[in-house]
Amino acid sequence: MPPLNYLAAGVIVISLIIYAVLGGADFGGGVWDALANGPRAKQQRRAVAEAMGPVWEANHVWLIIVIVLLFVCFAPAFAALFTALNVPLSIALVGIMLRGSAFVFRAHGRQATGEVSIWGIVFSAASIITPVLLGSCFGAIVSGNIRVDPKSGAVNDYLAWLAPYPLLLGLLALAICAFLAAIYLTLETKGELQEDFRKRAIGAWLASVILATIALPFSASAAPRIWAGLTSGFGLALVPAAVIIGAVAVIAVWQRRYQVARIAGIAQVALIIGGWALAQSPYLLYPDITIDNSASANAIIGAILIALAIGAVVLLPSMWLLYSLFKGHNPAASGEL
Amino acid sequence: MTDVVAARALTAISLAFHIIFSSIGVALPLLMVIAEGQWLRTKNQAYYELARKWAKAAAILFAIGAVSGTALSFEFGLLWPGFMKVAGGVIGLPFGLEGFAFFIEAIFIGIYLYGWDKLSPRAHWLAGLPIAIAGPISGGFIVMVNAWMNSPAGFNYDPQSGVVTNVDPIAAMFNRAWGVEVIHMTIAAYLATAVATAAVYAWGMLQGRRDDYHRKALAICLTLIVITAPAQFISGDANARFLAENQNTKFAAMEGQFQTQANAPLRIGGIPDPSTGKVNFDIEIPGLLSWLGFGDTTAVVKGLNDVPVALRPATEIIHPAFQIMVGSGTLLLLVALASVIYAGRKRRAPNNKWLLRAILISGPFGFLAIEAGWVVTELGRQPFIIYNTMRTADAVTTAPGLVVYLATFVALYLLLAAMVIWFLRQMAGEQSAQKEGSSLATT
Repeated sequence: MPPLNYLAAGVIVISLIIYAVLGGADFGGGVWDALANGPRAKQQRRAVAEAMGPVWEANHVWLIIVIVLLFVCFAPAFAALFTALNVPLSIALVGIMLRGSAFVFRAHGRQATGEVSIWGIVFSAASIITPVLLGSCFGAIVSGNIRVDPKSGAVNDYLAWLAPYPLLLGLLALAICAFLAAIYLTLETKGELQEDFRKRAIGAWLASVILATIALPFSASAAPRIWAGLTSGFGLALVPAAVIIGAVAVIAVWQRRYQVARIAGIAQVALIIGGWALAQSPYLLYPDITIDNSASANAIIGAILIALAIGAVVLLPSMWLLYSLFKGHNPAASGEL
Repeated sequence: MTDVVAARALTAISLAFHIIFSSIGVALPLLMVIAEGQWLRTKNQAYYELARKWAKAAAILFAIGAVSGTALSFEFGLLWPGFMKVAGGVIGLPFGLEGFAFFIEAIFIGIYLYGWDKLSPRAHWLAGLPIAIAGPISGGFIVMVNAWMNSPAGFNYDPQSGVVTNVDPIAAMFNRAWGVEVIHMTIAAYLATAVATAAVYAWGMLQGRRDDYHRKALAICLTLIVITAPAQFISGDANARFLAENQNTKFAAMEGQFQTQANAPLRIGGIPDPSTGKVNFDIEIPGLLSWLGFGDTTAVVKGLNDVPVALRPATEIIHPAFQIMVGSGTLLLLVALASVIYAGRKRRAPNNKWLLRAILISGPFGFLAIEAGWVVTELGRQPFIIYNTMRTADAVTTAPGLVVYLATFVALYLLLAAMVIWFLRQMAGEQSAQKEGSSLATT
């Protein structure tokens, strides 16, 4: 068995992947809410709202899990990240708060205020800003520009996220969220509405390919550790694998094989985040904070991993129940709108 | 404004906001489950409408609770990285467990709110149970963390090097204060929510809507109040004894006790003046404080003057806040007693104008008591963030511009609060519109 701290890091990465494919798609839903247009704009917005309604809070909990695991298992890393990335994380927090509350205000205020409401605008704006900022935090982490004094924990730079490369990764994150959301929505809609989301999926895919094509060579100078990881060892297989799976996803969308597209889309996100984690390992915050030098005591990491394992026994069937109830049969899919 | 003051203000405001929604999140599912269960049992449509109405309120209140809770988890890192560096690896276990409980709540709230037409009535009712169970459990875990801050255990800390050793996560979790704090807060959540909800229906009845729907709602809430209000008094007494023994500085600040003395009086009301070391305008009952703290009127109660000035908590705020909490609790206990007497004589939920008015007036006092209680326990711990271990000023972030955050989040909380109030008012209006149209809305 790997050491407990590496096991914990692995669990954090898996939780992050799940948050990206579930919570990320909820942000993507906000993108399609903002970009709803044409004769079916209203139905598009309804489909997004219907798809998110029962599940967004549960999806959001994965972010809490990531944060909690990070501060329990790697407290100094958490402290350094939240200090150096104070600004983008604060704005992202405002975005997360406004997104969630705007969603329920709009959903439950419909009878009172009618279809059009300021909360729809807040919801979509917050859904767009938040993943860009979270993505840019990623970019700052991999850039190696955040240095941490190992003794005091002081950081040197509060603006590492505000640079071209991190912001590029932010936009890439947004495009991927939108891509996932569009794929999921094709599975929950029918007819012309489904075609709308098919076109949107292809558009988002193109956007993410363009952004990734710019970001990849840019990594050589802007994220040397990642670049080194991608150009040696298993990393050499990673980029071709991502390209192939990405191609499978878009071809499946093209051929209207949406189940396949969903699996490929999820696999692609898992590959990107998992690949990043492997390329960066053992660093949590390159180059000063590692999985080893910031790990909490084995006693607490062990305790929380046991708690996770026991909790999963209750959690997994509950999640299955939630998704089988609402994702097997979306009212939008059977024209009940 | 210094950074540490701004960070404390922002944390205080965030907690004051979140605690209302998290308390409702603990208690409202129980009300829903009781109403829906009564509907299954009696097939009385009023119960069904109540369950639907409370679920609708829960949809908004839960979402606000979830986002304001997220704010706190971010703020730990954004504002208090120095604290988290130590606390994360010691008291993290209940945080992780809370994550699970919150997961169960979020999953089943989705199923419950959107599953009315997808599940059989019995299955739908069953889907409410995990929410009603996970709510208090998740709240309990968070209060365990707070109990650890007041009564740290399960680690050694060297402030010079910042190194934490000998971590025992179980001992940290089950610190000395966990039991008294968790019980007190959990009862408070049920009591405050029940009283606030009862007030809504008492108001409706005073407006002339004395129908089955209002009477049933009031009966459910009053039952909860009658159980929790006396229980809270017993729990409060246990807390006082615990503090007298284990956190005597906080106890002294609560009671305005400046001098260490035997036969210490209980000071009711009054405003402590730290510059003179006296409490002004209070009523004193000799020996009662010694008795409440130690069960003996001659027992010695430690005073604030035994503590260096720099380590004294702000008794001029803490004592009045404590009085507000106890006063509110007493009011609710009297309302509970009156309700029991009324129900015992008339065998039904209150219909009497004066009792309904009393319930209406008590509405906000449960939450007021919660807020005041948190002022007592949090300010009473100062200047420490981890009692006698780490100073609050040493835990604050080095990131600049905290005043900007403070202003932004105050604006955000005001906006959210205004929206929630607007929605709840809207919902109350829907009910009366329904009655005027004399239709049973079941969609």
